[in-house]
Amino acid sequence: MAGHGEEKLLNLTLNVWRQRNRGDAGRFETYKDEARDISTDMSFLEMLDVVNERLIKSGREPIAFDHDCREGICGQCGVVVNGSPHGPRKATTACQLHMRSFQDGDSLTIEPWRASAFPVVKDLMVDRSAFDRIVAAGGYISVRTGNAPEANNIPVPKYDADLSMDAAACIGCGACVAACPNASAMLFVAAKAEHLNLLPQGAPEKDSRVLAMIDQADGEGFGNCTNHGECEAVCPKEISMAFIARLNRDYLKASLKRPRASAAAGGAG
Amino acid sequence: MSVVASSPAAGRRPAPRSRLQRFLTSSIGLKLIMAFSGVFLSLFALGHMLGNLQAYQGAEALDAYGALLHKEPALLWGVRLGLLGLVGMHIFAYLALTRRNNTARPKGYRQRKWRESSYASRSMTLTGPLLLAFIVYHILHLTTGTVHPDYEEGAVYHNLVTGLGGVNGLIYIAAMAMLAFHLWHGVWSMMLTLGLPEGRYGSLGRTVATIFTILVTVGFATVPLAVLTGVLHL
Ligand code: HEM
Ligand code: FES
Repeated sequence: MAGHGEEKLLNLTLNVWRQRNRGDAGRFETYKDEARDISTDMSFLEMLDVVNERLIKSGREPIAFDHDCREGICGQCGVVVNGSPHGPRKATTACQLHMRSFQDGDSLTIEPWRASAFPVVKDLMVDRSAFDRIVAAGGYISVRTGNAPEANNIPVPKYDADLSMDAAACIGCGACVAACPNASAMLFVAAKAEHLNLLPQGAPEKDSRVLAMIDQADGEGFGNCTNHGECEAVCPKEISMAFIARLNRDYLKASLKRPRASAAAGGAG
Repeated sequence: MSVVASSPAAGRRPAPRSRLQRFLTSSIGLKLIMAFSGVFLSLFALGHMLGNLQAYQGAEALDAYGALLHKEPALLWGVRLGLLGLVGMHIFAYLALTRRNNTARPKGYRQRKWRESSYASRSMTLTGPLLLAFIVYHILHLTTGTVHPDYEEGAVYHNLVTGLGGVNGLIYIAAMAMLAFHLWHGVWSMMLTLGLPEGRYGSLGRTVATIFTILVTVGFATVPLAVLTGVLHL
């Protein structure tokens, strides 16, 4: 597929983090010959595919990196390119980043997300199961399964619905943690709690939800939010840190209330 | 979202604690303590700055103001203890938050590009302790007179004019520059933490924080500047 303008070929220098497994100390390796003649029409991950083919042909271990949909919706990809999670383009996942964002002769430092709660599995792949556990702690609503109810049974104000959808855009890639100077997961937690808290279906479990999700995030070893704002700047879905403020408010409210006898979520109805 | 099968969530969740315990140790609880004490410390700074401006009305007015503050020892000590408590809460939250943040990223990046954070936000952990050092020095200087060259009990105007010349005046002005950084991020951050959904630059919260910071720090800094330039003299 042709990109914007004419296809060009780039010769790059890659400094890539290589780490065999969790226990390995890891180190940077430099690739120059393997990163020649890279088409500006390639995506960043396609560029890594090409480099990997060349590594395999010369009998070396390919660079491990995460990816799945390659269309910016699954949240599986993500590496830090020259100090920016998902690379230099705003609102763009690494898989949707194209090599035309770079210049011939560029030197790219490619690192994994760095956070103690995201241990490196191999090379550029990190274990983000801490995010799954945060969602499991409270990022759901307890409803009976069965037929989908009539959509307009519960009226939702347009403003709330829009705001909730903005938060629900989170794909859980972890770029917010990677970018945060404190390695805090607060933007993720805020998005996953607030898209439910904002809706009537999610409101009944609001208090237990925010308390449980923050407990889990703290226990996973993420840092604390000090409102730097790096998270919203790199978020490929442009989720605003205003959701963090909402989460703070909901947390304060939940803390001031008397805990209910049955604190566990679920069993409603 | 993950490539590795998750272990049960409960394993990493802290054991159930009392509400207060949870609040005092959780990330958002600590942040709220920071913000809550920050609100009152900021208001104190504003009030203190406004009080200081009476230096421009001359020795009598300022000394009378000083005497007024010392009139009711119970009230004076109540306020002092209150301030001490607020500073204590602020430092407690700072230590707890920073300790955790320092372990949250054991291995840093080789390269780092900042997009939205500011010098002010990234230097909070530095300007905080420096301000504490300044406050200790400041109390020993103008409240107790311990490190003052020519301290006279109750003669506030005299103490200001003889104490803020030369290097001391410059220290005060430098401290106000630090205070400006601390307040500019702090006041905005405090609003977010207390739950006012605030967005990027250009938001109402930013404007409030900017105006408040300029007002307080410039107001403070004019006094040593006026002493250094001879506008305020004996
Ligand atoms: C140029 C800036 C400043 C000047 C000229 C100034 C001046 C003074 C003076 C003259 C006193 C003694 C008042 C009295 O004896 O009645 C005082 C006390 C005090 N100041 Fe400042 N101040 C400045 C900035 C600050 C700042 C930025 C803070 C903290 C945020 C601060 C905190 C205090 C405290 C805690 C006391 C002791 C109150 C007490 O317990 O008596 N000052 N200041
Ligand atoms: S691979 Fe799915 S978002 Fe990039």
